Amino acid sequence: MTAVLHLSDVTRVHGEGPTAVQALRGVTFRAHAGELVAVMGPSGSGKSTLLTLAGGLDQPTSGTVSIEGVDLATLGATGRARMRRTSVGYVFQDFNLIPALTALENVSLPRELDGERGRAARTLARAALEEVGIADLADRFPDEMSGGQQQRVAIARAVVGERRLILADEPTGALDTDTGEEILRLLRARCDAGAAGVLVTHEARHAAWADRVVFLRDGVVVDEQGSDEPEGLLAPEAAR
Amino acid sequence: MSVRQALLALLHEGPRHGYQLRAEFEQRTGGTWPLNVGQVYTTLQRLERDGLVETLHGGEDLDARSGQVMYGLTDAGRSEVSEWFTTPVPRTQPPRDELAIKLAIAVTLPGVDVGTMIQRQRSATMAAMQDYTRLKRSGRASSPEESGDLAWSLVLDSLVFDAEAEIRWLDHCEARLRRAALAPGRSSGPGRSGDPDPASGGRVGPRDEARIETNQGARR
Repeated sequence: MTAVLHLSDVTRVHGEGPTAVQALRGVTFRAHAGELVAVMGPSGSGKSTLLTLAGGLDQPTSGTVSIEGVDLATLGATGRARMRRTSVGYVFQDFNLIPALTALENVSLPRELDGERGRAARTLARAALEEVGIADLADRFPDEMSGGQQQRVAIARAVVGERRLILADEPTGALDTDTGEEILRLLRARCDAGAAGVLVTHEARHAAWADRVVFLRDGVVVDEQGSDEPEGLLAPEAAR
Repeated sequence: MSVRQALLALLHEGPRHGYQLRAEFEQRTGGTWPLNVGQVYTTLQRLERDGLVETLHGGEDLDARSGQVMYGLTDAGRSEVSEWFTTPVPRTQPPRDELAIKLAIAVTLPGVDVGTMIQRQRSATMAAMQDYTRLKRSGRASSPEESGDLAWSLVLDSLVFDAEAEIRWLDHCEARLRRAALAPGRSSGPGRSGDPDPASGGRVGPRDEARIETNQGARR
């Protein structure tokens, strides 16, 4: 089967000559539908670079990055921007919500930017807020919500409109243990429902929520833990 | 493991049969520390010998007539239970930790690939943690309804935090070993000093790091 996200032999070098830094060196990485993959490594291991490339925010020095079988390099800037809006959802450590917009507006914004009519976009946004359990907070502004609630809004924004790839960069970093676990539960549920998820983290406890854990050191995948194919595809009752 | 105290404490709620005690222990701890019935009865016999529990032969008791013995706490047993709950578990004697011992010996021996050893252990520990997490998010620990379910999910949390601590310690060891191998002109202990093929080679070993450092330096 085709992976939703496929990095093939990707190298990314920052800078040139003697000061060049190889952030990633020949990394091959896949995330399939229904699978949550964690990327673990210390700072400087290349895990953020991997996520940036996966989201089409940066391009590899060599190798290819494909989303749903489409090589991002063939898309051009406009095509990549469209791909980012329609297929890829991001969740960041610091939520990145727009302070002047309500929860509902924050979530519907990407749909509206993509040309959806306001009412339709808001309907989708409301459904996404419901999915993350905060439909009642739709009219609140970010500063009227707790960290955990804001991250729920960010997840709703990342999944609105059935996006198939969710990229999360330390999404639990600013939250306490219990709240962080709720966020992982939501990501996990979204992947169980068919999305492909990539979770970048330096916390082993959070990586353990994934089907597969990829260890990065100095831009190289040093090890992988877990099955390559998500169990759910082989046996629907695989939830042990 | 404190099977003795655990069984005593479970009797605090009232008299129980041996098999009931086993079931109640398992409900709270899952299969983490399996108890066999023989172990339960041996422990109960010792507790009886020590005067902490007594067998109850209520004539009108149905179960007693069916030949099964019930156990109850004596006053001495009751005070032992409350002492257990009011005294911290001693930390003075660290439990024997095979991994710490293995690593402590490995770093002193020539020819042991400590880097690979750490990486393999980290993967194995991560796999165990993924299993615990799977148990946490499915089954009765995921949405506890009874206090026994909550107890079980807390035991799972304990296993997760233990595994996490182990992985953090392994990361820390890896970083320190790399630093030690990089330190210029300092012999970093037997087995590594001046060794052209450092003990902690492997794919994540200090050699790799050294090479990256030179690449980033002014050499090229």
